[in-house]
Amino acid sequence: MQQKRKRRSPYPTWFFLPAAIIYGTLFLVPNIASLWFSLTRWDLFTAEFIGLANFRQFFSEPFLVKSILNTIIYAVVTSGLKTVLGLLLAVLLVSPIIWRGALRTIVFFPVMVSTIGVGIAFTALMHPTRGAINVALENAFGIIGPGWLTDPSLALLSVAFVDIWKGVGLATVIYMAGVVSIPQDYYEASRIDGATKVQQFWRITLPLVWPATITVVTLSLISGLRYFELIWAMTGGGPGFASDVVASMIYKQYQAGFYGLATAGNVVLFILIALIVLPMTWWFNRREVEA
Amino acid sequence: MTNLRILATASTIALLAGGASSQTLSVLIDEAPESAAMMEALTAAYSAANDGVSFDIEIRPGGGAGDNVVKTRLATQEMADIFGYNTGSLFQALNPTNTLLPLNDIPNAGNVLDSFKTVVSDADGNFYGVPFRAAMGGGIFYNRAIYDELGLSVPLTWDDFIANAQAAQEAGYTGVIQTYGSTWTSQLFVLGDFFNVLAAEPDFAERYTANDAKYATSPAAMRGFEMAQQVHDLGLLNRDFGAATFEDGMEMVATGEGAHYPMLTFAIGQVATNLPDDLPNLGFFAIPGTEAEPNGLTTWMLDAVYVAATTQHPEIATDFVNWLATPEACDIITEAVGVTGPYLVSGCELPDDIPQAVADMMPYFETEGGTAPALEFLSPVKGPNLEHFLVEVGTGIRSAADAAALYDQDVEKQAQQLGLPGWN
Amino acid sequence: MNRDIAKSRQRRRIAAGVLTMTAFLAVFVTPFIFILFQAVKDRRAANRLEFSWPESWHFWENLVAVIEARNYIVLLAFFNSTIITVASVTLLVIFAAMVGYVLSRRRTRFNGIVMALVLAGLMIPPAVVPTIWVLQGLGLFKTIHGFVLIQVAYGLSFSILLFRAFIATIPRELDEAAIIDGAKPLQVFFKVVLPLLKPVVVTNIVVQSVTIFNDFVNALYYMPGRENVTVQLTLFNFQSQFSSQYNLLFMNILLITIPPLLVFIFFNRQIVAGMTAGAIKG
Repeated sequence: MQQKRKRRSPYPTWFFLPAAIIYGTLFLVPNIASLWFSLTRWDLFTAEFIGLANFRQFFSEPFLVKSILNTIIYAVVTSGLKTVLGLLLAVLLVSPIIWRGALRTIVFFPVMVSTIGVGIAFTALMHPTRGAINVALENAFGIIGPGWLTDPSLALLSVAFVDIWKGVGLATVIYMAGVVSIPQDYYEASRIDGATKVQQFWRITLPLVWPATITVVTLSLISGLRYFELIWAMTGGGPGFASDVVASMIYKQYQAGFYGLATAGNVVLFILIALIVLPMTWWFNRREVEA
Repeated sequence: MTNLRILATASTIALLAGGASSQTLSVLIDEAPESAAMMEALTAAYSAANDGVSFDIEIRPGGGAGDNVVKTRLATQEMADIFGYNTGSLFQALNPTNTLLPLNDIPNAGNVLDSFKTVVSDADGNFYGVPFRAAMGGGIFYNRAIYDELGLSVPLTWDDFIANAQAAQEAGYTGVIQTYGSTWTSQLFVLGDFFNVLAAEPDFAERYTANDAKYATSPAAMRGFEMAQQVHDLGLLNRDFGAATFEDGMEMVATGEGAHYPMLTFAIGQVATNLPDDLPNLGFFAIPGTEAEPNGLTTWMLDAVYVAATTQHPEIATDFVNWLATPEACDIITEAVGVTGPYLVSGCELPDDIPQAVADMMPYFETEGGTAPALEFLSPVKGPNLEHFLVEVGTGIRSAADAAALYDQDVEKQAQQLGLPGWN
Repeated sequence: MNRDIAKSRQRRRIAAGVLTMTAFLAVFVTPFIFILFQAVKDRRAANRLEFSWPESWHFWENLVAVIEARNYIVLLAFFNSTIITVASVTLLVIFAAMVGYVLSRRRTRFNGIVMALVLAGLMIPPAVVPTIWVLQGLGLFKTIHGFVLIQVAYGLSFSILLFRAFIATIPRELDEAAIIDGAKPLQVFFKVVLPLLKPVVVTNIVVQSVTIFNDFVNALYYMPGRENVTVQLTLFNFQSQFSSQYNLLFMNILLITIPPLLVFIFFNRQIVAGMTAGAIKG
């Protein structure tokens, strides 16, 4: 008789189980269910099938299409600036300036603070007539500051600015690790060849922190597309609908009791994120292979 | 006021610390300061008279955001034991038969005037709410000192109103105060003008419910949107109109920083509490139409206090609500925030000494045909986004015509969710 | 000559440092100073929203007022938030480590699917209303334990990725040595591997604690009801409660900034190290 008893693997499959159960029930199942419920008029207890009417309604309201636009703008602006500023700050903070340690601490702290708290504080600072920013502008430079959060063309960007303020520390920290892992020999060699600091940055630093760039861009883009906390705390989507993003529209519809419509909105958000992030990730991976 | 608050807190803590048999009722009311003042006074008086009962008062936002909070909490069965909310169409949207306790059997049911009961009843004739605060009108507060200084008189036509506002603006005051920091306040021009809409189209409400009349196609109804646009385009607004809040607005008009502030009359209570010295300067008039006749006030039925069906303390909650329908309760309200309008509980009387703004308001009620109910009491159709559209109009983002058309669209969702005939 | 070059370099370092510090203080620190000032002013002064030195310091008064508000709801909120954070992070770390361990050690066909699902968790937004519907069906809606499971579900992706990357750097020989010695899988995991994961465990604990403690939107959706308040929800609700009492509102902001501040002070180095290790290795 063959001794073909299967060796008990030290890496058993059941290790997956607890995570799989929780993840499956509370994340995967609802997302799959959303595909069904988005086609219904729903009040949490009864669901009446209405086909694509929710989606038609969703797209026929002009400010919902605007909210998709806002979502993209917000995500691109915050992600782009966090990446660029993060890298520049990282290069600065690994160079031999004094008080480096304290500076790194200062730049990272906002990342840890409550988003709501930051939102409330900056809303007060951005008040059009009493806020410290406009008061300072008027007293020091004689400029009448705009309504940062009340001017419809500025509201979304003002919130984006606060988002960047809060999140750039994270990008900086990730980039710092990337920068310090570049071997010094490259810089030595280039200096012997007579390269300037700027050239060193473009030719050495930038290409070699590519893995960090991928991480920073992906993380910040996804979070910019998904999260509306700061917008909700600072403008509530206003003035009017000027700073609404898809996620805040979904929340408003949920609150008003239009559950089917809100779920349809969730599906749209999902598709939007997938359409942007998947090709980008694929492109990143290709470039990494080539590099 | 502060003393009452200390008393309420002290008695709450004392009662909480004291009896194991004590019950705490949760109360949810809107963020307007006088709502809190009234409720604190009422609950304190009730606690003082009823051992072992204490209250925990929670504040919610007003306007559309508040509507949503109330709806969501009822839907998720997380409502407080007692809550204050609008009557009329907003009340209907709460699905009262399933979410509220009927009050037909309370001893004081007879005290509640029938005219009030109609706006807090469901189709089966059960009524669910007891009056909270006084009847209100929606119109324009004005600062009497500015009017005296500039020799202005109460306008009977819209053009006169604009002329007054411009005169005030030139004299260095704000012509018309707007406060979009509290988004719900943006609705006053549209909602408060309904008297004039009815004067032009008496059957507007029925046709509106039947999906026949629309804001975009009815010139009279569109006026409200156009008014909001006009005051912005003429540059009559306060500099911080986008961020100012309701409290800021009342303070500005009472202290004379601005000449006019469109608002509901319950706000008189706030000035009575916070700025009593300025109360005599606060005047009030209805939103004027294009012609001087007819001139009347759009009125809101008072808010009501409801009992959630999910309450854990139905007897005490019902008893408290029952007590609210008594002259004693009215007197406490009067003492807490002053008189803000007529009460709709029989036996409640107004004292002789009433604020100027209330004195300005009473003639409308006392004249035949001087008032008309707001649309939300004649039709269950109201969309959730009106205030946001009006903020857009008042900020200059969207034209009145576009906003009216969009609001008509917005209303469809609510009508369909309610299952009204003729909307599918 | 060399000394001059060295000296000018030194001066440049100092100048750059001073300039940066000034800029950083202005940009990153002044908002916190504003919060502090607002929190200690009296009501009228705070409502003016000025960035000015407080005329009178009301720290204790405001603190007491905030804590007492609405029947000490702030204390309840801190209690709830702490329980949620501790429970979620504990489960998260253990479950994610288990998955990361098997993923990184064992090459099966499953791995591709599992990785795809994990990445999906990072990208795909949760479908909120259906999640509420599932929770209701399971009797978990509006409960703290239900909410803990939600936080675990949403946090798994990030933690699994961090663990997987890190475990890949631990040599297999260690596990194999333990197996030869007769250890069972669970023992191998808990006694041999987990202790070596200390840096990434700390990073996970710190990062996820802060994220879950600061989480607002999920609490907004899944935790209605007074007994379910979290710290962020309370702050949000205080915006209407204290709409004309900015001093109390900002005192609350100050209060809820303290836990992350403490975490930050103690774990500053680990956060940075762990984050970057996982991030770079991807």
